[in-house]
Amino acid sequence: MNLNSENHTFGLVISVAERRIDAPVAIRFKDEMRQATEGVEGRIILDLSHVDFVDSSGLGAIVAAFKQLAPGQKLELAALSVTVAKVFRLTRMDKVFAIHDTLEQAAGAYADVS
Amino acid sequence: MCPEVMSQISPVVRGKLPPRTARLRVPASGDGVHDVLARLAALLVAASVPAEERGNAEIVMAEMLNNIVEHAYRGTGNGVIDVVFDVTKTRLRVKVSDCGDPMPDDRMPCKQAASVDVARQDLPEGGFGWFLIHELVEQISYRRCASNNIIRFTMRLI
Repeated sequence: MNLNSENHTFGLVISVAERRIDAPVAIRFKDEMRQATEGVEGRIILDLSHVDFVDSSGLGAIVAAFKQLAPGQKLELAALSVTVAKVFRLTRMDKVFAIHDTLEQAAGAYADVS
Repeated sequence: MCPEVMSQISPVVRGKLPPRTARLRVPASGDGVHDVLARLAALLVAASVPAEERGNAEIVMAEMLNNIVEHAYRGTGNGVIDVVFDVTKTRLRVKVSDCGDPMPDDRMPCKQAASVDVARQDLPEGGFGWFLIHELVEQISYRRCASNNIIRFTMRLI
């Protein structure tokens, strides 16, 4: 599981350098997200632009990564593929996360996020 | 013995099937699931099925196979899964068979959406699989036949 973290003025961007977040990698993803987000202040944006596919285990792992954050921390998502966006929409998880069409849009949205 | 079991144990005759049909037998493991999904994707690309419908089919197939690996075969990695794909002009027809445990009460789980209108700590981390399947298929049936689970489903491709 390859996660790349980069600090930007608008927040921390965690890029998933994998094509899939699915059953075989779900637990590893959750654990690595814990390490990547521990003690982070400000926005945390998960960049999914390289991810083609998220199954229900992967979706569960993203939700788990959100739940394991400290109370003040939030998790935003950016650049979902059509198929990934559909999984979020059908399960209504698109109501739980702030979702940005692109990383650029997420960067531009920082002024709107208190 | 029911006809499904007969057809399941009959040998696969390669090269005698129309090009938009595929029969696979894979181990009930992550690698087996991966192989089926790759074959399905290739079949749908060859049939010029649009990306969105290919994605829908991948979601349904992945959830179904993961359920078999994790529940019917209890995550042991033992056992096999048989899959038959049939792509027509408008539909994907699939038959999936395994020899694992039956579904609870010999019935397919119903379509139940986990509630997301809850506090962060109460958000569901699972239970999405069957909901996604029911949401995306056109028709689906489940039969327990002798010691086999047989699921048949269709999806619209246009």
